[in-house]
Amino acid sequence: MSFDNVYEAITEEQDDSRWAFGTGFADPLSGVDATVPPGVTADECLALGDDALIMSHRLQEWVTRAPELEDEVALANIGLDLLGQARLLLTRAGQIDGSGRGEDDFAFHRDEHEFRNVRLVELDGGHFGHLIARLFVFSVWRLAVFGRLLDAPDPVLAAIAAKAVKELAYHQEYAAGWVVRLGDGTELSHRRMQEGLDATWPYVPELGQVPGFDEVVDQVLAAATLHRPEVGTVGAVGGKAGRDGVHTERMGFLLADLQSVARAHPGATW
Amino acid sequence: MVSELASEPMGTVRCAERQRSGGTSAHSVAASVTDPELPMLTLADLGVLRDVDETGGRVVVSITPTYSGCPAMDTMRDDLVHALTDAGYADVEIRTVLHPAWTSDWISEHGRRALAAAGIAPPGPAPAGPVPLTLGRARRGLTCPRCGSTDTEELSRFGATACRALWRCRSCAEPFEHVKEI
Repeated sequence: MSFDNVYEAITEEQDDSRWAFGTGFADPLSGVDATVPPGVTADECLALGDDALIMSHRLQEWVTRAPELEDEVALANIGLDLLGQARLLLTRAGQIDGSGRGEDDFAFHRDEHEFRNVRLVELDGGHFGHLIARLFVFSVWRLAVFGRLLDAPDPVLAAIAAKAVKELAYHQEYAAGWVVRLGDGTELSHRRMQEGLDATWPYVPELGQVPGFDEVVDQVLAAATLHRPEVGTVGAVGGKAGRDGVHTERMGFLLADLQSVARAHPGATW
Repeated sequence: MVSELASEPMGTVRCAERQRSGGTSAHSVAASVTDPELPMLTLADLGVLRDVDETGGRVVVSITPTYSGCPAMDTMRDDLVHALTDAGYADVEIRTVLHPAWTSDWISEHGRRALAAAGIAPPGPAPAGPVPLTLGRARRGLTCPRCGSTDTEELSRFGATACRALWRCRSCAEPFEHVKEI
């Protein structure tokens, strides 16, 4: 292999597919028994997969923008874990619904009303306190949700959950640590952390009641000297919210960013 | 045989049939493939290699992901196919096994020594069952892989790869990596 020119070296014709752009992305469930037990629908995998996909996208937006390098690495790693969960869940959704759709079909070739994620994960902007508030609520909620899926009727979903809870425990600990550090920090950091919670809370009722969620939230907020916001709820639109395909105005912009390359070159491989 | 194969750079193991007639089992070939991000470990050391089934001329290798989003999985698949193809196995299939989920407890003793020798603190025992949230917990002091001191501190729970955290030794002042317990 010649390394005179780095680009020549990586494009050199040879039997070497170790380069990321040369491998393609294998089906993340390749070889896993795809049998679908009776009564199992794709709804749960689709919803939880979309939550992870959109949250991961939002976390990736913080790369190069986080306050410290360590936090940038942390946010990118959390986003990577969630992207991995999304790939598994969306692939499984395509097996269950029998449509033959793969992860890319779900991620890149659906329109906004076909996404089933909760609206909380679409939120963007604001300062680090906003981000941490969103990540905190999301991590605590998702860990509680997945903890109840360990004995799901679908063995593939149960196996995905068993791995995910280990990762989510790290995410929750990271986010909760920042909530306490900012909330119980300076006057300014306390105010910013409360601002983040206040902006996030209107989207919390949409998550529904999951046992364990309130306990962890209260434990962390107490340690952080913060309070549960008393704010209104962002209501459903005509009785519909994120799980029904009704999203915030941010979602269209997010999908344009996420999908534009795949839609410009459908089916492209490299 | 494993160590002999492992010492050869990837791609130089040719003369496939001779290798096979020399007695290289599919399992030993697969077990000698190294992790792309922790090259001091083989996939067997890492505990990612779950099964190698050789029936007739067909080899089915089962691997399990360390983390859901681990981007090295695709490379591991490719490296396994390459190594087995180069060793003369034409019909190779790589299967993903999700259950039971990988745990850092599956890293072998040999792997732990290899990590430490490479300056990476190996994981302690993984937590069993759900991890309750504890705030402000003092992190267990790791042993610095460079100077052996236990006066160490965690700098960042997340590091260069999904499986590693960044630590620092207060005695020798060197930073070091740590494979996380999961």
